[in-house]
Amino acid sequence: MAFESLSERFQKIIKKVKGQTRLTESNMDEMLKEVRIALLEADVNFKVVKEFTESIKQKAIGEEVYLKLNPSQMVVKIVHDELTSLLGSDSSELIYQKNKPTVIMLVGLQGTGKTTSAGKLALLMKKKLNKKVLLAAGDVYRPAAIDQLKQIGSQIDVDVFSLGCDVSPVEIAEKAREKAFNEHYDVLILDTAGRLAIDEPLMKELNDITNDITPDETLLLVDAMSGQDAINVANAFNADLKISGIIMSKLDGDARGGSALSIKYLTGIPIKFAGVGEKLTDLDVFHPDRMADRILGMGDVMTLVEKVQEEIDEKEARKDAAKMMSGEFTLDDMVAQMKKVQKLGSLGGLMKLIPGMPSLTEEQKLVAEKEMKNLEVIVNSMTPEERRHPEILKNSRKVRIAKGSGKTNADINRVIKKYEQSKEMMKRMKQYQKSGKVPPGMGGMLPPGMGGMM
Amino acid sequence: MGLFKLLKEKFSKKPVEETSTYVEGMAKSRSNFASKLDELSKLYKEVNKEYFEKLEEILIEADVGVELSLKIIDEAFTESKSQGIKDPKTINELVVDKMFLGYATKGGNIHNEIDFVDNGPTVLLVAGVNGVGKTTTIAKLAHRYIKKGKKVMLCAADTFRAGAVEQLTVWATRLNCEIVVGKPESDPASVAFDGARKAKENHVDLLIVDTAGRLQNKVNLMNELAKICRVISKEIPNAPHDAFLVIDATTGQNGLSQAKQFLDCIKLTGIVITKMDGTSKGGIILAIRDMLGIPVRFIGLGERMEDLEEFDLDKYLYGLCLGDKYE
Repeated sequence: MAFESLSERFQKIIKKVKGQTRLTESNMDEMLKEVRIALLEADVNFKVVKEFTESIKQKAIGEEVYLKLNPSQMVVKIVHDELTSLLGSDSSELIYQKNKPTVIMLVGLQGTGKTTSAGKLALLMKKKLNKKVLLAAGDVYRPAAIDQLKQIGSQIDVDVFSLGCDVSPVEIAEKAREKAFNEHYDVLILDTAGRLAIDEPLMKELNDITNDITPDETLLLVDAMSGQDAINVANAFNADLKISGIIMSKLDGDARGGSALSIKYLTGIPIKFAGVGEKLTDLDVFHPDRMADRILGMGDVMTLVEKVQEEIDEKEARKDAAKMMSGEFTLDDMVAQMKKVQKLGSLGGLMKLIPGMPSLTEEQKLVAEKEMKNLEVIVNSMTPEERRHPEILKNSRKVRIAKGSGKTNADINRVIKKYEQSKEMMKRMKQYQKSGKVPPGMGGMLPPGMGGMM
Repeated sequence: MGLFKLLKEKFSKKPVEETSTYVEGMAKSRSNFASKLDELSKLYKEVNKEYFEKLEEILIEADVGVELSLKIIDEAFTESKSQGIKDPKTINELVVDKMFLGYATKGGNIHNEIDFVDNGPTVLLVAGVNGVGKTTTIAKLAHRYIKKGKKVMLCAADTFRAGAVEQLTVWATRLNCEIVVGKPESDPASVAFDGARKAKENHVDLLIVDTAGRLQNKVNLMNELAKICRVISKEIPNAPHDAFLVIDATTGQNGLSQAKQFLDCIKLTGIVITKMDGTSKGGIILAIRDMLGIPVRFIGLGERMEDLEEFDLDKYLYGLCLGDKYE
């Protein structure tokens, strides 16, 4: 089907190969055909696809001995390695000037997300790097584009420089740069109007801005949904403006973003950021190697670990783990753990990061999230004593809790059952840990309650 | 070979003016695709397997989609064998024929203009993913029907994106037409409901409802869209009478997923393909038609409010495939 993700396709290919003891020329061809279709459906440029499948074939033939031993693992590895090298291996961050403002210009086609990304970028720099940021409204063409940037600026408490829409963008850029210098801003982010790369007057305008304010970074916005033509667009912008990096927007959609990968491969311009949602915090530094894992359906384990570390105090996690391992586990602990999980983002987003869990549908994710909320409401209606010792929950208590939380008796029973399952899971994990099957420390990472929900 | 020749004859007899907007607007898309087809046919004296592979690449490069491209090329290959066709140009024509036929025979008859209901306002809902040009398209459509003497009202139900309401308000002022707006971050369905009520009260012919851009995999946002439709239909039975999905011509294979999931959620009656004045070919509309039967109703060819044309398959394929030679 056309809507399968690249990882699903690969998983199917890998399954096909799994059953066979050795890789022959014919099943290899069949597999490469699937790889080709998968990549083309992911909007990877057809030239890149050609080279990609060719190099996989070359490598696979070279590794004949290993293939006989374990074809599926070998295929995963080769495809993964090739994808990684196609994406580039390191994440490339922005370089900041030391004693003067770093000037960043955002360019791209209409509707790729320049204005939103300008706000996200400003927030990222302000929050994570403590930079003093100035946003400049250089889109004088689209109705209300300046309003949009001003609203975003006030949402994130970042200054917005604008001269209205009757002044030329070149002049706006110059004046904004002056202000950034005089008032000691660390970063100036210039938003520009969307334009076609073949629109000569508008491209000249960008050129004039570049000559006047010499941006340190010129970032091109590429929509994750864009098709085969994206490479032509990137080439045209790059020829005129010397693009220093790509921001890939709308990666939270179900588009596979193959086009941006093609751009990296064919032009060498690194992808620096990825837009992953509608909120202004939804901008991530782009990690090429992890993206390959994600495409392959291995799950973005590193990102998950990082997110966990960022949001949860490590000490607390260790304490929790110790407590859980000792078998002492209350309803309060269960809710607290689940709240931490929620802090990591929506459950749906989290699931995508965990390997081997591609089968959860959006509906199921929503149901799971709703269930978590229900659980909290119910536990909050219990006395501290009941939370510590759920075994004392007899009918009269249940009726009271049901009334207090606006739920039914059956709901309460479900919570208790889930608690028991989680507790059981903790016990088992403890045994596993003793027998060395689960690496120590993993306990803190695995949220209880998830086991009962799967 | 009938159709393609017919198509050519049809256009060579027609005055140039009629096709000129398409030819101009699509100059960039056309030159790429048409010249590639032409160049390829000159490289080969006789078609062979390699020729078909190259042909397939040209289709894929136009974002026609892997599945449909493979299907068209496979069929052309089989026919060339069974009928002994070796001439590259004839094969090219056969391929374009298949694109034409495929589109024309999938789904119902194609009527592009909005059908106005007899009593009360006709409601058009405009939806799509972020950044495809919904608001601009609405301004263009409003302009089109105001020019036709209709009383048009806009409804700014994109209460989410910063500046969206202001953007539509600027257009309403330029177009000198009424607009219904809600409070920022208010429930879009309530704004739509207000719009429907006011449209009825003010005896408006056409109410165009703008909605926030939403990615089709966001279940909550898609449910919200369905709710907007439900709420409108409470005030005006059978409304929205038309629901357009706006698709950006640069969109690749994800366009299929967009069309499918929006169709699952609301009763789509057509597609508006925007930004066709760029270098993208918008071939995904052929794949969408092939798979889901949704027709393209209008085509956006620039940023001015006049830059909207009724979609015409003949003209589209003419602009895309035949190139300068037949002007």
